[in-house]
Amino acid sequence: MLNRTADNVARATPEPLARKIRGISDKGLAWLFISPTILLLLAINIFPLFWAIYLSFTNYRANRPNEVVKNLGLSNYQRILGDQDIWIAMQTTAHFVFWTILLQTVIGFTLAWLIDRKFRGHAFWTTIILVPMMLSPAVVGNFWRFLYEPQIGLFSYVISFVTGIPPTNVQMLSNVELAPWAIIIVDTWMWTPYVMLICLAGLRSIPEYIYEAAEVDRASNWRQFWSITLPMALPFIMLAVLFRGIENFKMFDMVNLLTGGGPGSTTEVASITLKRQAFESWRTGYSSAFAIILFVAVFGLANIYVKALNKVKQR
Amino acid sequence: MSLTTAHSVVAPSANSKRIAGVIIVAYALISIVPLLWIFATSFKTPPDSIAYPPKIVFQPSLEGYCNLFTTRTRQTPEYINSLGPATGLCDETVRKRNMVIAGPSNFVPRFVNSLIIAFGSTFCAVFLGTLSAYGFSRFKVPLADDLLFFILSTRFMPPIAVAIPIYLMYRELGLSDTALGMILLYTAVNVSLAVWLLKGFIDEIPREYEEAAMIDGYTRLQAFWRTVLPQATTGIAATAIFCLIFAWNEYAFAALLTSGTAQTAPPFIPTIIGEGGQDWPAVAAGTTIFLVPILVFTILLRKQLLRGITFGAVRK
Repeated sequence: MLNRTADNVARATPEPLARKIRGISDKGLAWLFISPTILLLLAINIFPLFWAIYLSFTNYRANRPNEVVKNLGLSNYQRILGDQDIWIAMQTTAHFVFWTILLQTVIGFTLAWLIDRKFRGHAFWTTIILVPMMLSPAVVGNFWRFLYEPQIGLFSYVISFVTGIPPTNVQMLSNVELAPWAIIIVDTWMWTPYVMLICLAGLRSIPEYIYEAAEVDRASNWRQFWSITLPMALPFIMLAVLFRGIENFKMFDMVNLLTGGGPGSTTEVASITLKRQAFESWRTGYSSAFAIILFVAVFGLANIYVKALNKVKQR
Repeated sequence: MSLTTAHSVVAPSANSKRIAGVIIVAYALISIVPLLWIFATSFKTPPDSIAYPPKIVFQPSLEGYCNLFTTRTRQTPEYINSLGPATGLCDETVRKRNMVIAGPSNFVPRFVNSLIIAFGSTFCAVFLGTLSAYGFSRFKVPLADDLLFFILSTRFMPPIAVAIPIYLMYRELGLSDTALGMILLYTAVNVSLAVWLLKGFIDEIPREYEEAAMIDGYTRLQAFWRTVLPQATTGIAATAIFCLIFAWNEYAFAALLTSGTAQTAPPFIPTIIGEGGQDWPAVAAGTTIFLVPILVFTILLRKQLLRGITFGAVRK
């Protein structure tokens, strides 16, 4: 079918144009193929980025477009670095990123290591485990709010059933102590399969003969795990950690629907603060400066990520 | 715990396999419970959905689905009795709660928006991505590594940070709350994934095919059409599904940049409310309908999943 399409396209192309296309050099073709993508990204990503950089030096407010825009120099950046709320948001983000990554790596690696035993039906159960990570984080956040409802929610019921705490007291989302853990639990539920899948690829990339050699040398299983399995799977684990780190650093959708940053600002991660500043307080200039700071941080992480990607690729 | 590794000369013992199997099956079952619960809730009546203790056994009802697709108004029993006989299952269900159907809800239009925007942006991203990927794979492009990094890095921008200037730009261009605006935006986000994934797939197609075709008198472009594209169809299909899933699931941009005519399902579903709080069976029904395509895609994609989530770096 594709051939026919190609023929039709070829026949329909006017002769002068066809001659031009046929005569096009490889170099010209390369640019013809690549430039639309680059142009789109320049228009939708880079131009807005520069606009945001410009706004970050001003007091512009998107809800008052006709007001005179004043140039503030670096003062937005200075205010952010001294803003207590911003620092609290960064701490909340760090807490969230640290615990989600720790839990997901430990659980994900353990699961991968167990699946690698290739028991009967492992492929089917692996597919089941992978389902949560394919879902929409927003829709997931919304229905976990239902599971977390005190008393009527399934999660609260199970917790009170197991621990004996009265069901009305299991308030995962409105308790200041528990809310940060509520978002960590949902994120771990959702993304452990991701880490697991990458770790599994890491475990399967270890050639059999290394274990055979270790066996000949009478290395204990414990020793084999620490000297072969873990170090050789490490680049893959790092890849998963970095990717989850970047994704969770910019976490917005799931938390926004689960807690909206509350109670108070206990689960207000950086992106939620940014949304509140930009789209609720309409401090466009100020929030642009914060956005630039976040972007620089993510860009730094992404740089490391791409280096890690290339390292894994070389294997 | 036994520490026999799967790769030792001695294959994992039957015992260690059994223990591993039990743990994995237990984890899989527990992790799937929330989804099963949502599915079950979509078939409960509102009182059953908020019963204590939570009901595992219940009389199935389609009320959640009825409420999802309709808007209703409360009426007096006298008024309802004065109406003719109920004209269908939903009408009957709703009348039992002293309500009448006032009209269709926004769910169908929002769902259709999701379809249009997801398919539109996927088509554009895969089209652009295939061309670029071929360009990067077959030609010496100056600064190729830097360009590829630039393309990938756009994917890592925090959505809210991007949304601020995009919001202003779309307001100027009249693209706020339009399907076209969302398609452009999702294409830009997805094209990075498409380029990276497809470059991997095209790299795997031997160059000899094109070279042979070109010796036979084909131009580079014809060779691309007739030898590379047909062989890349699996890769293109897998990439398309990944783009589709992203666009389907996306919430942050949709919530900030659409509010009415172009709103997609993810920002809409949480806003489904009944009288006195969230109508959980209706939300669960919306969620179920919304998630089914993703479940199908996950099963279709399971062999390519690893590749997709690592931008083509890990190929198994």
